[in-house]
Amino acid sequence: MVAARITVNGEEAPIAPAPAHTTVLDFLRERGLTGTKEGCAEGECGACSILVARPGVDKPTDWVAVNACLVPVAALDGQEVVTSEGLATAGAPGTPPVLHPVQEEMAVRGGSQCGYCTPGFVCSMAAEYYRPDRCAHADAEGGSGAEHGPNGFDLHALSGNLCRCTGYRPIRDAAFAVGTPTDEDPLARRREQAPPAPVATAYVRDDSAFLRKGTLPETLRLLRERPDAVVVAGSTDWGVEVNIRSRRAGCVVAVDRLPELRELRVGSDAIEIGAALTLTEIERRLGGEVPLLAELFPQFASRLIRNGATLGGNLGTGSPIGDSPPALLALEASVVLADADGEREVPLAEYFTGYRQSVRRADELIRSVRIPLPLSPVTAFHKIAKRRFDDISSVAVAFALDVRDGVVRKARIGLGGVAATPIRALATEAALEGRPWTAETVEAVAPVLRDEGTPMDDHRASAAYRSAMLGRSLLKLYTRTTEAVSS
Amino acid sequence: MSQLSERPEKSVVGLPLPHESAVQHVTGTALYTDDLIHRTKDVLHAHPVQVMKAHGRITALRTEPALAVPGVVRVLTGADVPGVNDAGMKHDEPLFPDVVMFHGHAVAWVLGETLEAARLGAAAVEVELDELPSLITLPEAIAAGSFHGARPVMATGDVDAGFADSAHVFTGELHFSDQEHFYLETHAALAYVDEAEQVFVQSSTQHPSETQEIVAHVLGLRSHEVTVQCLRMGGGFGGKEMQPHGFAAVAALGARLTGRPVRVRLNRTQDLTMSGKRHGFHAQWRIGFDADGRIQALDATLTADGGWSLDLSEPVVARALCHIDNTYWIPNARVTGRIARTNKVSNTAFRGFGGPQGMLVIEDIMGRCAPLLGLDPAELRERNFYGRGQTTPYGQPVVQPERISAVWEQVKENGGIAARRREIAAFNAAHPHTKRALALTGLKFGISFNLTAFNQGGALVLVYKDGSVLINHGGTEMGQGLHTKMLQVAATTLGVPLHKVRLAPTRTDKVPNTSATAASAGTDLNGAAVKNACEQLRGRLLQVAATRLGSNASDVRIVEGVARALGSDRELAWDELVRTAYFQRVQLSAAGFYRTEGLHWDAKTFHGSPFKYFAHGAAAAEVEVDGFTGAYRIRRVDIVHDVGDSLSPMIDIGQVEGGFVQGAGWLTLEDLRWDAGDGPNRGRLLTQAASTYKLPSFSEMPEEFHVTLLENAGEEGAVYGSKAVGEPPLMLAFSVREALRQAAAAFGPAGVSVELASPATPEAVYWAIEAARRAGASPVRAEVVEALSGA
Repeated sequence: MVAARITVNGEEAPIAPAPAHTTVLDFLRERGLTGTKEGCAEGECGACSILVARPGVDKPTDWVAVNACLVPVAALDGQEVVTSEGLATAGAPGTPPVLHPVQEEMAVRGGSQCGYCTPGFVCSMAAEYYRPDRCAHADAEGGSGAEHGPNGFDLHALSGNLCRCTGYRPIRDAAFAVGTPTDEDPLARRREQAPPAPVATAYVRDDSAFLRKGTLPETLRLLRERPDAVVVAGSTDWGVEVNIRSRRAGCVVAVDRLPELRELRVGSDAIEIGAALTLTEIERRLGGEVPLLAELFPQFASRLIRNGATLGGNLGTGSPIGDSPPALLALEASVVLADADGEREVPLAEYFTGYRQSVRRADELIRSVRIPLPLSPVTAFHKIAKRRFDDISSVAVAFALDVRDGVVRKARIGLGGVAATPIRALATEAALEGRPWTAETVEAVAPVLRDEGTPMDDHRASAAYRSAMLGRSLLKLYTRTTEAVSS
Repeated sequence: MSQLSERPEKSVVGLPLPHESAVQHVTGTALYTDDLIHRTKDVLHAHPVQVMKAHGRITALRTEPALAVPGVVRVLTGADVPGVNDAGMKHDEPLFPDVVMFHGHAVAWVLGETLEAARLGAAAVEVELDELPSLITLPEAIAAGSFHGARPVMATGDVDAGFADSAHVFTGELHFSDQEHFYLETHAALAYVDEAEQVFVQSSTQHPSETQEIVAHVLGLRSHEVTVQCLRMGGGFGGKEMQPHGFAAVAALGARLTGRPVRVRLNRTQDLTMSGKRHGFHAQWRIGFDADGRIQALDATLTADGGWSLDLSEPVVARALCHIDNTYWIPNARVTGRIARTNKVSNTAFRGFGGPQGMLVIEDIMGRCAPLLGLDPAELRERNFYGRGQTTPYGQPVVQPERISAVWEQVKENGGIAARRREIAAFNAAHPHTKRALALTGLKFGISFNLTAFNQGGALVLVYKDGSVLINHGGTEMGQGLHTKMLQVAATTLGVPLHKVRLAPTRTDKVPNTSATAASAGTDLNGAAVKNACEQLRGRLLQVAATRLGSNASDVRIVEGVARALGSDRELAWDELVRTAYFQRVQLSAAGFYRTEGLHWDAKTFHGSPFKYFAHGAAAAEVEVDGFTGAYRIRRVDIVHDVGDSLSPMIDIGQVEGGFVQGAGWLTLEDLRWDAGDGPNRGRLLTQAASTYKLPSFSEMPEEFHVTLLENAGEEGAVYGSKAVGEPPLMLAFSVREALRQAAAAFGPAGVSVELASPATPEAVYWAIEAARRAGASPVRAEVVEALSGA
């Protein structure tokens, strides 16, 4: 096996001798590329944002921005990354560097004050700059307030970057002012070539290993041999464990590039989503196919996280406050689990067994998530949180109602943040089914929903507020659906 | 116009320039303290040994297990301190404590070859503790009578007579939250000892001179043996005014003991759990209004949560008292300040430095009382604005009262307030589940350090033979654009193009005895000092030029790098002029100095004129609130702010916008939670990471955001007619809080006084909405409330 290496700003470098748990951030800084900063070490601030060349959705390669603080450097064996230093082109000796267009806009518009978050903003902005389907569209609403610029720039691309100085206005101005890459732009041209292939990796330092197998069967055999293995895809959860809770693993196994886990199939009776597709890939490849998911994704963490996070990971950690389970519960999704001997399919409603626990055995991988068709027509995802972008839900409510001829034929409601696991609101579902979809029904059933689960007081919200939000959510849904009909 | 404020022709000040380091920022090449470790050999990494109990006496500290961890080099404890074991200026902050005073208090530091080794070593240190009872919340401390430091009383007029003359008297209280600075760059220091045993410390500090002083006394050295440098900070906001000293001292002590460079860099959780924050306050008040809603009397007690040590709590409380009037004339007042001692981190400076806390009290009172008085809140505020000849409760005349109404009227006009109020009323009538509201608040903020001695600045300006200029000054750069302005001031005073001037990193061996870059006064103090140094140089060069040009020095002007005599077409280029001066043996360096004139302050009587001038501003904020959840958006904000004649408009607008959003964060979103239960984690900060402590992101930026600088606003008493801008705009964010209050009230009947918790999180707004709705169900008349309030 070839020694692990990574291409940084066009230069290839060996990953050794970094310890196996070393993040890309620490690796870059150790190499003197100190433009990439640590602000929080848990993927919340984006000061460590870098660009990674990944398999593209519309072109062979996409430049994707990720949090370098969360990704083990060994996970990027054979891959290409670009940092803020690599975006600028060195000028002639004694002259300043030639700035990248996003750097230029950020610099001249007052987009930096203390400058510490700036390299990360620049990388997140550059990723959006290179997004192939960033169509320039005339901004019909006339600009301010919109989350899209006249240049097609989606502000959500910056939802994972925090700035404490500027108040964001000049950064938005810079984002909305960037143009389109020229034909000579080397990073734009790079998109036309195949992405770096995944590389089987066995990076072992002392008593710690980072392993990536080339195929699913090999991976499943490895998991059977190493029940202590930590499985990672985007490492958006494991990275936090390493950095914040100082967890170290004897063996980390990467699954994010296994082809069997990266398929997306829309069939006649189900949509099957590969467990290792990133949320961004699902979002872009699915489009509006599943409206409930389309409503969920922009509210799920940040773009930087969605560029790494997967459904497999969100279900694999078993967190009670992950945002995908409530939606997938409402969609009656099931989980396809694979081990070295075969596969089994488990309804998501039966998947969670306790706080951060599930029926998945250590030697099993989530291969995919299946969403049965047809979909119920009335859906909504209500996320209650302190902050609109990039926050963790205090309560999440996902609705999928089949309302025909004014009657609720079927109701599926997923809840997050109100119990030790994500749950279905079974009593509410039963109370709704068969009743007319009217204000009277909503008023009668709202108390049932309010009393679902066992919400707690914590730093995100009080139990009373959580219950109140459950109680209010049905009326909110009803109001929105009837307003939509009347307008 | 004074000499200090007068601008020459073709000034470089006044140009809208980007930040001087903008290119380095965007390319990632700007260096911060911790970036330097990758350019330094053999660095040791320091990791704190934090004790996770709120209060307790250390009975045993065993470091041997740490030394057994591979890669651990040394453990620093109190026994290692050659000088004074103290990290503060009040001698109440032992660097290595015997008594754990807050959850997460560092009692020792482990030095390792890698950060990982130091971390594992710190985990291996054994600490035994006799736990002691703790006070976590302000109410607990108040009930226990746990206070420290001064208890100032600000009194004016006759309060009892004022209440007797009042037609309406209301009482209330407000308990509001602290705030984490969350500078993106956490605390960092890198120290080494040079061949002459001199200690050199790179520190992310707003106050290099004090960092130097603390490092020296911890090491038992004199100040001339210690040099502190600050390249730049990744944000400070007051959090690096006092707090960096101990971390720098740990690095310096480690370097001194091991002979190797030592790095201290806190990770985010360490920073959040170990460093002080904006003081949360409790306020109890009684206010009297006449029949027209004019304030007659105010009696209030403000209690700040000081945390475990005094730090800057005394001046913070002084400034809170000095800003409880905000823009309102209070003829009779008695306001008491006190500092609660709690088992929490030592609260400290944070942008506004008590000013926001004082103002929040009066703006909350106005917002709550307006409906009870039957007045529109904006109308109530206007009626109480200072007029000519009136004086603050601490005795300082308000000399520009017309600016209070000038910015107010202009913001009304810019914001199209009258028309938008009608639109909002129509919107609210049509939307039972969504309400909008628009609120205006004003601002008056005193500029200068309350303590007169701190109002001095120094600079050292060097002109080299080739005509290039290097400036040093005592201020630090934390993103506020101070260095940009200093370059502009130097270029303006010398009459040279900007590119001739460079700026050296802030170091204590260039300019001594500097004040903190704080109190918004960085530009006023250092700018005037830079200007003073440049004037000395210019004076000497004008003599040289006059001789060469055959003129009198008083008739020579240097403009854009060319010296010309009046009425003559002869010219002398700057570089040539400088070379000539060198050969004539003219001194080409100058130390500049400035002391703010006309200040006096008696802390005992709490009386005087501590401020050189006031900064003014007004903001109009419109919000939309969702009645189902309490979630909201800031739809539009208009601001008119008085920065005097701006030295650097792009920088100043950046300060206004950034300060506003930071203030909105404090008032609406940022929610520090402490474990106040009796369990094993009592005193623990529950929101100790970016995932749990949320600061404003793009989603909190006003969707429409219009900032205008007041025109023709020259300030006589400050450098080139400018005014300070760092802190004041933060307090414009009261407009958001008041708009949320009004929007919540719109869910109930008219005339309801709505109490709103601070921060006004969606949950807090939801409960305010529920209270307003309940008031609709069983209407409480204003008179009843008044009677209940003990009028």
